[in-house]
Amino acid sequence: MSALDGLYQQLILDHSKKRFGDGLLEHHDAQHFERNPSCGDEITLQLALEPGTDTVAALGWTGAGCSISMASASVLSEMAPGMSVDELRALIGEFREMLRSRGAGEPDDEVLGDAVAFHGVSKFVMRIKCAMLAWVATEACLLEVRPAA
Amino acid sequence: MSALTDAEVLRLRSDFPALAAEVNGQPLAYLDSAATAQRPASVLDAEREFLLTSNAAVHRGAHTLAGLATEAFEDARATLADFLGADPDEIVWTSNATDALNLVAYAIGNASRGRGGEAARRFALSAGDEILVTEAEHHANLIPWQELAAATGATLRFIPVDDAGIYTLADAAAALTERTRIVAIGHVSNVTGFVAPVAEIAALAHERGALVVLDACQSAPHRRLNVAELGVDFLALSGHKMLGPSGIGVLWGRAELLNALPPFRTGGSMISTVTMTEASYLPAPQRFEAGTQPVSQAVALAEAVRYLDSVGLERIDARENELAQRMLAGLALIDGIRVVGPAAGVPRAGLVSFDVDGVHAHDVGQYLDAQGIAVRVGHHCAQPLHRRLGLTATTRASAYVYTTTEEVDRFLAAVALVRPYFGVTATTTTGAQA
Ligand SMILES: Cc1ncc(COP(=O)(O)O)c(C=O)c1O
Repeated sequence: MSALDGLYQQLILDHSKKRFGDGLLEHHDAQHFERNPSCGDEITLQLALEPGTDTVAALGWTGAGCSISMASASVLSEMAPGMSVDELRALIGEFREMLRSRGAGEPDDEVLGDAVAFHGVSKFVMRIKCAMLAWVATEACLLEVRPAA
Repeated sequence: MSALTDAEVLRLRSDFPALAAEVNGQPLAYLDSAATAQRPASVLDAEREFLLTSNAAVHRGAHTLAGLATEAFEDARATLADFLGADPDEIVWTSNATDALNLVAYAIGNASRGRGGEAARRFALSAGDEILVTEAEHHANLIPWQELAAATGATLRFIPVDDAGIYTLADAAAALTERTRIVAIGHVSNVTGFVAPVAEIAALAHERGALVVLDACQSAPHRRLNVAELGVDFLALSGHKMLGPSGIGVLWGRAELLNALPPFRTGGSMISTVTMTEASYLPAPQRFEAGTQPVSQAVALAEAVRYLDSVGLERIDARENELAQRMLAGLALIDGIRVVGPAAGVPRAGLVSFDVDGVHAHDVGQYLDAQGIAVRVGHHCAQPLHRRLGLTATTRASAYVYTTTEEVDRFLAAVALVRPYFGVTATTTTGAQA
């Protein structure tokens, strides 16, 4: 597989077109706007918890950007519901580690699920911010609903 | 003047060592010269030679090397003055065009605060005065004026652009008023390749007593400039876009204006007398060159200008227009491409920006990069223009003196494969804009 095909895995291309979580929520517990000033990609992301629990009910978002940023928002929105705040934080941490790996190692798909498709991004330093956009916004939402201890 | 030929371009490419690179297993096709140009070996050598034989602080010491360095520095100034049809005392070294534009804006801000005494009163702005820019400006020729307006109470107005991102002389005339004091425009747009009718706008502005500031960043590298013919009052350029080093730029200003303008930055090398409470300033250009200057960069920029002169700017300009027309014609044949800027056939700069329907510019750029083709993607420091065009980002291919026809054709062939690669088939736009 060429490096380019490694970047644009089919799963990413699919998610960039059929976007999971695209659209704002009716009720949300936190909202965050994140923008990548160098390229103009942006996202407004909302997070809702199951009432009275620590469980993520849904992520909803609107944004504009490249296929990597839009697909990563979509994948995250598909994965997050049902996770606890701590689990989602841990997932975001793992995802960031993978993106910083510069292509080294094999990501753990037990932990990362479909997000392993973004492993190829780690070889393209200029695109890591694209992949992180929604994830950074989600991290900020988590801090808002459950400040870190 | 006849355009530079393919054979000549192929020959002069060997002057540019960086162009021999391979990128992702492909020969580099460097189509991002509007961002920064590659440098000929003679420019690299000139800088090195200066540092090996003549490096010293300029205008400060009395030893032999200090003399050699000062001479080289001032010779470089004279070379740039010749290049622009100006006087050496009108050439102020800056770190880049952004710095040059800020210098003018902040010096006028200082004049507006009463600095510079009687001579500087002519520059002072106050509430009700107007600064006029265009909607297509690079942020470097927009934000300094926003700041100046905010600092003085003046109003910032703009000449609007049309759906292609361009404007006419009539649009400019309509935006000028009796209160217009400064007109700050780009000569060649770094997004659309549009060439502004500078002399005509300057004449209209002067009828109203306004000063004209020209951002020549994208014109100085590619066309013959003469400040008298342009009829402007200030002009800014960057070395790194015209085969020279980064860290050096030029502000040209009419001598009588520069000598009436208070300084922007203050410190060493720009004063005549200093007491513990105040200082008096040297005339231009030293007044605006506080602190240690980019000396080896100035020397190398002069070498870059000699290189451009030896090839001939008229021939470079004609060649780049041909390459731009080739790009436009090729892009018009590809489904889903929207080109911004002047229509095919209109003389323009050698750069083309476009949107690919269904594929974000970053993905377009990534695809091209995998083929060794370097283009610029994003808003190109012109967010208001992109907003006006209804786009967040475009892909820009830009040519220079060393760009081959084959590189343009490789670029076109690769662009044709972008939408298929990303699985986009539905077409909402076809061909170039009318
Ligand atoms: C039209 C225009 N103006 C100003 C600039 C700023 O140049 P620099 O960053 O070298 O100061 C650029 C460069 O991107 C430009 O294209």
